[in-house]
Amino acid sequence: METKILKLKLKIWRQKNANSVGSFVDYDVSVSPDASFLEMLDELNNKLESQGLEPVVFESDCREGICGTCGLVINGQPHGPIPRIATCQLHMRNFKDGDTIWIEPFRAKAFPVIKDLMVDRSGFDKILQAGGYISANVGGAQDANMIPIPKDVASEAFDAAACIGCGACVAACKNASAMLFVSAKISHLGLLPQGQPERYRRVDRMIKVMDELGFGSCTNTYACEAECPKGISVKFIARMNRDYIAAKLKSKTLEQV
Amino acid sequence: MIKLESKVPSGNISEKWTNHKFNLKLINPANKRKYTIIVVGTGLAGASASATLGELGYNVLTFTFHDSARRAHSIAAQGGINAAKNYQNDGDSVYRLFYDTVKGGDFRAREANVYRLAEVSGNIIDQCVSQGVPFAREYGGLLDNRSFGGAQVSRTFYARGQTGQQLLIGAVASMNRQIDLGTVKLFTRREMLDLVVIDGQAKGIVVRNLVTGEIEKYSAHAVVLATGGYSNVFFLSTNAMNCNTTAIWRSHKRGALFANPCFTQIHPTCLPLHGESQSKLTLMSESLRNDGRVWVSKIKNDMRQPNDIPEEERDYYLERKYPSFGNLSPRDISSRAAKEVCDEGRGVLGGEAVYLDFRDAIKRLGRNVIEERYGNLFEIYETITGDNPYQVPMKIYPAPHYTMGGLWVDYNLMSNLPGLFVLGEANFSDHGANRLGASALMQGLADGYFIIPYTMGDYLASYKPTLVDTSHPEFEKVKNEVQETTKKLLSIKGKRTVDDIHKQLGRIMWDKVGMARNEKGLKEAISQIRNLREEFWTSVNVPGSGDDVNQTLERAGRLIDYLELGELMAIDALNRNESCGGHFREEYQYEDGEAKRDDENYSYVAAWEFKENFNWELHKENLVFEYVKPAVRSYK
Repeated sequence: METKILKLKLKIWRQKNANSVGSFVDYDVSVSPDASFLEMLDELNNKLESQGLEPVVFESDCREGICGTCGLVINGQPHGPIPRIATCQLHMRNFKDGDTIWIEPFRAKAFPVIKDLMVDRSGFDKILQAGGYISANVGGAQDANMIPIPKDVASEAFDAAACIGCGACVAACKNASAMLFVSAKISHLGLLPQGQPERYRRVDRMIKVMDELGFGSCTNTYACEAECPKGISVKFIARMNRDYIAAKLKSKTLEQV
Repeated sequence: MIKLESKVPSGNISEKWTNHKFNLKLINPANKRKYTIIVVGTGLAGASASATLGELGYNVLTFTFHDSARRAHSIAAQGGINAAKNYQNDGDSVYRLFYDTVKGGDFRAREANVYRLAEVSGNIIDQCVSQGVPFAREYGGLLDNRSFGGAQVSRTFYARGQTGQQLLIGAVASMNRQIDLGTVKLFTRREMLDLVVIDGQAKGIVVRNLVTGEIEKYSAHAVVLATGGYSNVFFLSTNAMNCNTTAIWRSHKRGALFANPCFTQIHPTCLPLHGESQSKLTLMSESLRNDGRVWVSKIKNDMRQPNDIPEEERDYYLERKYPSFGNLSPRDISSRAAKEVCDEGRGVLGGEAVYLDFRDAIKRLGRNVIEERYGNLFEIYETITGDNPYQVPMKIYPAPHYTMGGLWVDYNLMSNLPGLFVLGEANFSDHGANRLGASALMQGLADGYFIIPYTMGDYLASYKPTLVDTSHPEFEKVKNEVQETTKKLLSIKGKRTVDDIHKQLGRIMWDKVGMARNEKGLKEAISQIRNLREEFWTSVNVPGSGDDVNQTLERAGRLIDYLELGELMAIDALNRNESCGGHFREEYQYEDGEAKRDDENYSYVAAWEFKENFNWELHKENLVFEYVKPAVRSYK
């Protein structure tokens, strides 16, 4: 086991609440390279608390890269320098002794800062609550094997469903677009036979809410895919756009929605 | 005087649930919307309950401390969900799943509940598929299965290594649909801090708004708790950082009985500790034991690298001790076996870890197959440890993972307090003294999709509870008590941090109320926990205020409850003079080290009633086994 300790300079965004102006505050920390990035912040907070100071507010929960709660911009990159992991999976062995690390919240108009590094991502749920589901009441389901689904279709639906809803795609995008997130949900459900009846109604409603919430447009920079901890592909955005156009062409019944 | 009535219906076990459903009273569809139901928690049990109650037309208020319902810790379940579909034609049946679960729980679960769980397991898979859960499939388009510990059939359905995530996304989507339709109202970033009981019935909850700090009151005709387990009492566990016992513990202090608190599951395949700063332990799915072989060196303090240890000097101890189940032996048995070889000094480099090796599986099946089955788990492992498990065996060690104990409930999943229902890991009902792998997801969804929708109607129709206004003096009283506690926490300004005290509690729990327990250690634990509790109230330091986001305050509130629950866990473990499942008392074992159960004296559910000044009164629900006759649980 490695015993070397890293000495680092942290520049952390502190902001009292949504209405106040924030700024970077400097902290010096020493940490084991085996520790995770968030464990480093835990240690810093423990030190601040022992001095009676308010710790840095940041969110995390599962610390296994699956719940999507954590999300920091580290040296300018959502979830930090290592591709395809969430912030909680980043370990300190990826940094060098003496490094300076800049830590900021996800920034987007639709993700207002609540305090320090904690942001409000409830817009994502509002989009999902506008049709991001398959209408299937409990009690009426047929035997599961009555709906055979080709392995590659199930697998592609899974690739889209792997989204953890962290919001890194929005934070990475210069337009703060949520198209990767929304298209992942639309593709997950739209690829499966069970999702067909509501396919076009769904895309129409979800995109409408997405636009209303102030998320930007997609200009094909692919920054979202590059920063996505689950590697969700931008091909789903193309797929969503096709469905959206189809929905508009079929929109006779949709106008009443 | 509390009388425990399990309300298990009479009749043959295979007909109990069917008959019971017919006998339960109904609420007319037009009247359902007049009833308000509070659901706390949005994991599999809470989200599925909210969705289903909403579908029926009830007015549902759902609460979560997360910013989004989808983040509940069910999401982290990796391996799979059991169901007695027998799609593999390998001899599975409802009865076999029932049998395996009762035996796996070491004969400390209620037979009727377990049978019902097995009975609805198949419907769960049907429901999930209809919602769009992308389970793994064969090339023919049909569903695939894998094996899990404690079973000799393949009945586990999975979605790569992210089954919990996909099931939760499905359940939350169903709930989102009800939110869209207006039957469910979701309150995020709210933590339940107390239960309001009026005239003996659960009437509402008091929550803290985690953003504004405001203490809010909500009333309902019934309250459903689906708030998960309490493994974080150990500080280090595989639970998420924010998992806590507050909702069920504070309900316990308001009169709900806490059953079998000492039944905790230590999961055999977690990543070993890396150091003092560690915040949590990471689980590696049990599914890895389908193809991975567990071993240690035959020599004590062997300092060689694993790949330098020749085959004949390796001890595949699970295959040696339990030849019929081998690496798929149940969790309690596998964990204890790992502890045993490490205590002998044969762990990895003489320390606390054993190897989980895929060398032979890669040789047999090829790297591609292993990558397809476990690719994401291998990636997680490499990210955390820096080791590549395709080349070097994984290092694993047991860690607290799941708690079988929880609030006592009857067959209708209602606690002894009328109107308070408890679902999923938060109740005690289905897993006895040890839960089998891939059964937690099954129970959460069974409770939420298929049981509560029936039993809730019966409660409302039989008790005819009224809705109390939140201006009622009892609501005010509870709110004031919650505010007083907050004020007190903020005013102590002592020298110790919350985590510092929590870590100390965790060490006491792990050393003395962990994988192996004995009378002396348990008595020491009780007095140490009491002292630590006193120290907490004089020397904790909670900076900041109660009027905005204050995560230290949140953690301090949860720690209050762990410091009380920890004591009850030790008391329960001390009371149970036998070894069974996850509860291993060193005084009660056979010569070969296997657990020695005492059916004559301890075939009961220990349900504890909270009394003044941290005294508890024990109530017993005797367990009757009509179908699966208790026997020494052998996996040899």
